Amino acid sequence: MNDFAHLLDRLAYEPRRNAKLRLLQDYFAKAPDPERGYALAAMTGNLTFREAKPAMIRGLVEARVDPVLFALSHNYVGDLAETTALIWPAPTNGDAGGQGGSPLLKGEGQGEVGAASGGVTHLTPALSFQERETVASPGTEEPASKRPPPSLGHNNPPPHIPTLADVVETLATIRKADLPGHIAGWLDALDETGRWALLKLITGSLRVGVSARLAKTAVGALGGHEADAVEEVWHGMVPPYRDLFAWVEGRGERPTTRNPAPFRPPMLSHPIDEAGDFDKLDPAAFSGEWKWDGIRVQLSGGRDEAGTQVARVYSRTGEDITHAFPDLAEAITFDGTLDGELLILRDARVQSFNVLQQRLNRKAVTGKLLEEFPAHVRAYDLLTAEGEDLRALPFDARRARLETFVGALDHARIDLSPVVPFTTWDDLAEARADPAAVGAGEDADAIEGVMLKRRDSPYLPGRPKGPWWKWKREPHLVDAVMMYAQRGHGKRSSFYSDYTFGVWREREDGSPELVPVGKAYHGFTDAELQKLDRYVRNHTTKRFGPVREVAYGPDEGLVLEIAFEGVQRSTRHKSGVALRFPRVHRIRWDKPAAEADGIAALETILARGEREIAPGATLGDPA
Amino acid sequence: MTFSASDLLTLTREGLYCPLGGFHVDPTWPVPRALITHGHADHARAGHGHVLATGQTLRIMAVRYGEDFCRSRQEATLGEAIRIGDVTVRFAPAGHVLGSAQIAIEARGVRVVVSGDYKRAPDPTCLPFEVVPCDVFITEATFGLPVFRMPDTGDEVQKLLDSVALFPERAHIVGAYALGKAQRVMALLRKAGYDRPIYLHGAMEKLTELYKREGVPLGETPKVIPTERAKLHGAIVLCPPSAIQDVWSRKFPDPVASFASGWMRVRARARQKGAELPLCISDHSDWPDLCRTIRDTGAGEVWVTHGQEDALVHWCGTQGIKAKPLHLLGYGDDGEAEPAAEEAAA
Repeated sequence: MNDFAHLLDRLAYEPRRNAKLRLLQDYFAKAPDPERGYALAAMTGNLTFREAKPAMIRGLVEARVDPVLFALSHNYVGDLAETTALIWPAPTNGDAGGQGGSPLLKGEGQGEVGAASGGVTHLTPALSFQERETVASPGTEEPASKRPPPSLGHNNPPPHIPTLADVVETLATIRKADLPGHIAGWLDALDETGRWALLKLITGSLRVGVSARLAKTAVGALGGHEADAVEEVWHGMVPPYRDLFAWVEGRGERPTTRNPAPFRPPMLSHPIDEAGDFDKLDPAAFSGEWKWDGIRVQLSGGRDEAGTQVARVYSRTGEDITHAFPDLAEAITFDGTLDGELLILRDARVQSFNVLQQRLNRKAVTGKLLEEFPAHVRAYDLLTAEGEDLRALPFDARRARLETFVGALDHARIDLSPVVPFTTWDDLAEARADPAAVGAGEDADAIEGVMLKRRDSPYLPGRPKGPWWKWKREPHLVDAVMMYAQRGHGKRSSFYSDYTFGVWREREDGSPELVPVGKAYHGFTDAELQKLDRYVRNHTTKRFGPVREVAYGPDEGLVLEIAFEGVQRSTRHKSGVALRFPRVHRIRWDKPAAEADGIAALETILARGEREIAPGATLGDPA
Repeated sequence: MTFSASDLLTLTREGLYCPLGGFHVDPTWPVPRALITHGHADHARAGHGHVLATGQTLRIMAVRYGEDFCRSRQEATLGEAIRIGDVTVRFAPAGHVLGSAQIAIEARGVRVVVSGDYKRAPDPTCLPFEVVPCDVFITEATFGLPVFRMPDTGDEVQKLLDSVALFPERAHIVGAYALGKAQRVMALLRKAGYDRPIYLHGAMEKLTELYKREGVPLGETPKVIPTERAKLHGAIVLCPPSAIQDVWSRKFPDPVASFASGWMRVRARARQKGAELPLCISDHSDWPDLCRTIRDTGAGEVWVTHGQEDALVHWCGTQGIKAKPLHLLGYGDDGEAEPAAEEAAA
């Protein structure tokens, strides 16, 4: 566990991809089986075990640490695993041991600690577990950081430091009731870095800036293989991947497991820079499509050795989400791989992202859910068909194959994303501004821009610059006033980086008041964040835990120009509306709060977007 | 009405004020009469009328702001009682940086200690913290959360030396505050047996020279010559934290960005700074030492000036000690940070 924790720690601070790759390669080359195999599984999201729930971890800490102090710490650090790792009291044997102990305990155990003896007094350390009763004497002065040796007669041998394999294998078989005790024992045995890595792992939140792709690249590099070569044999293999490592190290055969419905890394686009890019691009070289406001998915199908049809729905990152979309899986009766957008269609009309989200957020996939939120894929690329890999073909050729393929499939849940014809960039700009006028009809509300794809480009995994561009429609803008600020998480923990903002509305007596309509936490630079953070601290009027209320009103307050994609009804906001994807577009240090926008500006947009068909309504009835 | 600590010290726009003595402590605005705990820019500002501080703090202020940083000055000898109006004040070492002191203020049987910034961990560059028993202890809470348990500084410096050994071709740029932290890192490196030159950013030169004049041995500390930067393979270079993000640091051979700060304890903070080699070295008390110190003073009441005051106030409550936050503005909101501009000027 220690080597793995050390690797994660190094990776966490290493910004450079190549350096990360070297660290990974170095680790995979040195770590033994099965340790490295479990590490690979952990980084590629392929470990399955009984995950520890955050509530359980919290329970373990709160049994040892004052819950209020823990909550404040968690709030500050912004990460449960790290907070726990840092705050976890060392399992001392009763000697204060300088830094080892900390006065954390609630209530009891805070008796005499020789407060009168001047500058050399150590407090009773954080007593944990059974020692609580046995400790009688105050601490003694000892060099900081030196763990006291186990004291005589104390029934507490140094704990066994677990390996990653110990952890994974134990968690795979452990009874739920035994889980907390085991985890506490591991936390006692590990140091801060080890505790952090362990907690990240067992709560299923191991995100250390390494993609599955990068981990596979590092494994492949052990034997001079490309990541795609690893990818080809990947699906169907199981941790700890002994065969895989044996193969890349030249000690074994290439694993032969054939996955009939594999994931193919998708091709992604770059946002186009209107000012600079169009001049350099030839409109005739590009094909246009709508950019749908849905979820990118890949439908993959094929027959296994027994001749049974295998159907898989993958997310953009290769996550197998078939279980969540049985209605789509049914439609995968083909041998091939389709790239497209997951949408909800009702009465042949694409619903807004709001509606799609209602399906995505559900844990249980019920018959009612399938009926109310029928999933649909609008296909825009064909990567393989009948065992043939089409990715090397130019876009135009793939498009032709796609049209034939989808036509022959003739399934109600899968259709073609239409081509948007254009001759000049101005034509395309018009289509983008008003999709309904150029054939999108009623689906226009679910379009968030246009895509440009080079006619001669092959399908390249990753985000190559040049062949594919996205040109999103202009966002809506509103001038709102900052009302509350909350500390951020992760990289921005301890900065006030999440801002609740409001617009003006009239009270019954006609006086103006600000009502919150949303929350934004990005759109500004790090330098701007520092200024905003300082503004919040210097204009705080009230504090509610992590949230601060700032000064606002007709005569004071900070105006934020908010960009957003749409307006929806909200029962959570007092204003009755909420913004979609709001972000800070500009900080209007210059603008008086009284001149910010009123609620009417948002209600107009809402009225425009509220044409979707509500679930349960009689569809298709002439109304 | 009995005389209480809130009569002895009040809060004004400028900061803590003693009406009986007619002076402020660490005021954030120019005042007629100021008592200064230590030389960091958020506590020691230029432009006061009369300044009372330790000799080292006065000399630090003179280096930072010029000899005319105030109209008149008076040197406080550690441990010596000084009468000001109806009150007696006494300076005691705070262990924070060179010259740093706590100030005990006493009148009519009530004693308040303004501790300024302080630490209990050993520091070869300044006198150790001394416990002054008092009725009210005024403390900082920069690292006032139990997640802040600082590791041994020797181990942290060893991390740096290990990295230098591992990457002898790369320059190691260590961001450290120009007053205190930088000199402590130098002293720790020397203590660990590192005897090569330690290169300094221009902003650190004057204060480092002052430390040497005050009798702190720091060895050879040449200033970085801009044209020579590319040749400093394997060198350790100290600079203000802000300089690490500057073009200045990019001219070194494949630089490793390191920071010496208590904030490095929290990953998110270390990453915000862009640290590749975080060194957890703090000039402030960590959580166990804050708690220990409050109890050591025997104070029945604690006022918290700045930092993470909520947790410390709560903890005092669990100990039966009265506590309140002062919400003082202007003291290093984000703790150890001094404004970058100050450092550049120093």
